[in-house]
Amino acid sequence: MTNAKTLQVTAQGDREIVMTRVFDAPRRRVFDAHTKSELAKRWLLGPPGWSMPVCEIDLRVGGKYRYVWRRDSDGKEMSMGGVFREIVPPERLVATERFDDPWYPGEALDTLVLVEQGGKTTLTQTMLLASREARDAVLKSGMEKGVEASYDRLEEMLVGSK
Amino acid sequence: MVNYSNALDATFSALSDPTRRAILSQLAGGQRSVTELAQPFDVSLPAISKHLRVLERARLVVQEKEGRIRRCRLSAEPLHDADDWLENYRRFWEERFQLLDALLDEMKTQEKKRRRTKRQRR
Repeated sequence: MTNAKTLQVTAQGDREIVMTRVFDAPRRRVFDAHTKSELAKRWLLGPPGWSMPVCEIDLRVGGKYRYVWRRDSDGKEMSMGGVFREIVPPERLVATERFDDPWYPGEALDTLVLVEQGGKTTLTQTMLLASREARDAVLKSGMEKGVEASYDRLEEMLVGSK
Repeated sequence: MVNYSNALDATFSALSDPTRRAILSQLAGGQRSVTELAQPFDVSLPAISKHLRVLERARLVVQEKEGRIRRCRLSAEPLHDADDWLENYRRFWEERFQLLDALLDEMKTQEKKRRRTKRQRR
């Protein structure tokens, strides 16, 4: 049961990153959690210590979304957004994504597919990047974010122990 | 850090080709000669040798000469580094998805409550 929930991440071909995970909920709820801003801002957070002051979603084909994250310690911001290309509730969502301060080249295309079986939902999120270099940069960022998050935690610990 | 990064670039670049990935999965079953490796593919020996050189540069394959036969074996260490990347990316998303799990539970409870109130009103 716990195994079924394990998140799978694979690098596919040259330009894709594919994530798969099972959620113990019907796909309508999973779809809402991705597309209603008051729900999305509850879980689409950055690393620990970052808040999400802006989460705007205009859910229609050609409509835009915009996310802003802020590091509470120094106010540093990171923001991204994109345009919805395909919306098929509650099973499919395709949108572009681009960071305002780009850390990977080009624009990415995200495809979310939700398949429901027996009240559980299998989520598959595919991120198609402009080039292999861009894909590898995204994977590398995981490492940097991880390191940054641990520094933040260390800082918290040090401040707390004073 | 720069060297580490370059090594990872070489690993991902080497892994981006389907023939090279197939060669690696063959080698995961044990040592093979170059001729043995070439057999399942519709490509020439020089073409396989070229793929092997790429894999060798990425330190994914080690070639050893035994008399006139070149034997290849898998060197898994760079693959572990690439795994570390995926692992960090995975961890970042897993933290988000655990928040989503909690949110979905909450949505379920709220829907139940709403249904109950509706029924009571009737």
